[in-house]
Amino acid sequence: MEIPTPIFSHVKNYPDVYEPAEDTFLLLDALEKDKEFLKNLKPVLSVEIGGGSGVVTSFLNEILGDSLLYICTDLNPQAIQCIAETAEVNHNYSTEVVQSDLPRLNGLVDLLVFNPPYVVTPPAEIDSSDIASSWAGGTRGRMVMDRLFPQVPSLLSKRGIFYLVVIKENDPEEICSVFESLGFRGESIMSRQAGPEHLSILKFTRLQCTASGKND
Amino acid sequence: MRLLTHNMLTSHVKGVNNGYPLKIEATEVNVESEVDFKPEFICCMIPRIDWDVLKKALAWIGKADLLPEEIVDNYEEDEEFLRKVHHTIMEIEIVTGSLICPESERSFPINKGIPNMLLNEDEV
Repeated sequence: MEIPTPIFSHVKNYPDVYEPAEDTFLLLDALEKDKEFLKNLKPVLSVEIGGGSGVVTSFLNEILGDSLLYICTDLNPQAIQCIAETAEVNHNYSTEVVQSDLPRLNGLVDLLVFNPPYVVTPPAEIDSSDIASSWAGGTRGRMVMDRLFPQVPSLLSKRGIFYLVVIKENDPEEICSVFESLGFRGESIMSRQAGPEHLSILKFTRLQCTASGKND
Repeated sequence: MRLLTHNMLTSHVKGVNNGYPLKIEATEVNVESEVDFKPEFICCMIPRIDWDVLKKALAWIGKADLLPEEIVDNYEEDEEFLRKVHHTIMEIEIVTGSLICPESERSFPINKGIPNMLLNEDEV
């Protein structure tokens, strides 16, 4: 990777925080591959939902610099402290941490990133308050991410972009058609097999944007 | 929590129609944090900020005089104005306190600069 991976050696001190793994690194690779696009987008507000260790937001800070506001949310109280520490050790000065489930933001998000709990589990497991909440996705692994989808059109600015990590079991094609009815074009920009998981990074752009992602 | 973030947060307590803006009750405010001034970023943010809410936020923490009543015309060329906006939205941090939902009066705590917006099961 040209862009250095943020420091995250402290994450192991937070037993309830999801330590960066294959899915995290696939997302970082995809964002790095898209870095020219992201720089041209000139986002003013980036929001990461369920930031966990805070590594992804810190990496976005490496790509895009300090000239925007990064809001990183998580519901896990240990993750909140971890995200704050990750921002501090990586000298990220415009990161804001909010403890929240799916945040209601009155603002206009240019860049929305979510590595959701996508593992297929029994439905009851999604309501745990410990580290299991970072992977338990319930039926088809979709129960948490499905709650966010209807809010995406109002969260995003006109030129806003949404990146989502999924596995095959989540039915990425069906997710893309859900987004089509919400007015977004979806595509898989990178995939990888990691053990039993076939991971993909989906990228959603508003349908009235031009191919370059710019908008008037 | 910076005032820029406060400008965007809303309450989503069940049954609440308008959870914005959240009222600030601060017991500890840090006004000495230093963030690099980037005029381009401030110019991009100004159209996105709810100015009245920013003014209210300042009033709630006793700093109402930090900003003029209205956004100045041609602010892109007014460095003094941009620096004032920069200071209020990026350099003032609410360290400890609460955010209060305007309708339900539900209080969301802020600790170590981090607001906790999580709701209990019966509030969702």
